[in-house]
Amino acid sequence: MEKKIALSFKSVKFHYELDNGQTKVPILDGIDFEIQDGEFITIIGPSGSGKSTMFRLVTGLEQPTAGSIEVNGVEEVNRLSKVGYMPQKDLLLPWRSILENAMLPLEIKGVPKQEAKEQVLSMLEEFGLKGTENKFPGNLSGGMRQRVSFLRSVLSGSNVLLLDEPFSALDAITRLSMQEWLLEQWEKRNKTLLFITHDVDEALFLSGRIFIFRQAPISYLEEVKVPLARPRKIRDLAQPEVAELKDYLIDQLRKKVAQ
Amino acid sequence: MKLTTKYLTPALVFIAFLVLWEVVARVLNVSFVLPSFTEVMVKIWDLREALFTTHLFATLKIVAIGLGCSIVLGCALAVWMNNSKAVETAIYPILVASQTIPIIAIAPIFVLWFGYSIWSKVAVTLLFTFFPITVATFDGLKSVSKEYKELLLTMGATKKDIFLKLSVPSALPFFYSGIKVGVTLSVIGAAIGEWLGAQAGLGYFSRRMMSQFDGAGVFAPIVLLSLLGIVLFLIVSALERKALRWRKTQ
Repeated sequence: MEKKIALSFKSVKFHYELDNGQTKVPILDGIDFEIQDGEFITIIGPSGSGKSTMFRLVTGLEQPTAGSIEVNGVEEVNRLSKVGYMPQKDLLLPWRSILENAMLPLEIKGVPKQEAKEQVLSMLEEFGLKGTENKFPGNLSGGMRQRVSFLRSVLSGSNVLLLDEPFSALDAITRLSMQEWLLEQWEKRNKTLLFITHDVDEALFLSGRIFIFRQAPISYLEEVKVPLARPRKIRDLAQPEVAELKDYLIDQLRKKVAQ
Repeated sequence: MKLTTKYLTPALVFIAFLVLWEVVARVLNVSFVLPSFTEVMVKIWDLREALFTTHLFATLKIVAIGLGCSIVLGCALAVWMNNSKAVETAIYPILVASQTIPIIAIAPIFVLWFGYSIWSKVAVTLLFTFFPITVATFDGLKSVSKEYKELLLTMGATKKDIFLKLSVPSALPFFYSGIKVGVTLSVIGAAIGEWLGAQAGLGYFSRRMMSQFDGAGVFAPIVLLSLLGIVLFLIVSALERKALRWRKTQ
């Protein structure tokens, strides 16, 4: 059975303009890729290589200067609200309770309050957030706040979710359990995830394919497949072919730093 | 915080101040210049009927109307400036310049414009309180970070969504700070307005007593004015705590 394409870039070019268009800073120079529905993709690359810019293009905060972006097989010019986005910082609104924070995307879509409330309440338990609905974000730990942030992006209703280094601020142990939690959620919900990270282990553990972002401007997107079956355990990373791939990825990233 | 540091220390300092006042006043013994604390208290009691019914009420009315107008105008102007950069650059300098005008000096003009009606006093109060409320609210509206705005945009938020769900709640703590400065200034504004010409009010009463060399009579309404300011401040603080419960969690 052929799977449907969730997201595709067709010769996408993008540059930022500085000094009123006098200087152009090229970021992407003709990028092509296709992501099937239900895939888990991670994107690694050094800072400033254009990973976040790519996310801004997918969410619709920026428009490509050439080429096209298709979401679920349809070329969308206005992509705002078409994909879910989970930022690096949780960006929960401190004056809203957890319940109200999770309701935000539904409110914006115009779902009646009572209905939105019921929908969120029914999901809190699945997300390991039972009993937190009336708490404020300031009362929750970093890991719990990221769960709320993920729930909020799921409630955007889109099948494509972009996660921008969501666990980078967490301590190592919390981070590991959040990674396991995220895999569990992904397997359950059949969403397409794009996940930016700096951490090679994280990329290997989570994703099926890894996109390597070279230094901007990027004219060719290198990708590697992770040779691991699912479900995965963290100790699977010790397998020889994975360890080899890890060395390769680290070399790739190092090369960019040395250049 | 320990109860001692929170209540006992300030209370002791305040009592020490009252005792010092009492002692100095009694030693000097010129009550039309510096009446003692007890004399002032006795005066308040003697004049309680006139002070609490007529004059306090008259001043409170000016404060309420003046502050109300300030809040409505200040918020409207803050929102307008926040919506348009052109409006901001055009109005903000005028707003700042308006604060360099010595209000006390131009206050008599209001009497010319509005006569001895309540509106001349309201105008003075407005001029005193308008600036802190407008600037605080405006800063609050501008405090919204780009990250939050963009996050809401990715959810498909309209300009109205961003204003109501992001800008207004972000501005609320700033707004309350502005109001807290505003209420204390409003009492000063009302008193000065009454000084210039009124038939009632605590400011007017204080001035009338001055012309009669009644030192305690001058101080009695001033004590009430100060108490009025404190009570209004506490009311606003209580409202603030209620509205911004989430801040305790930060």
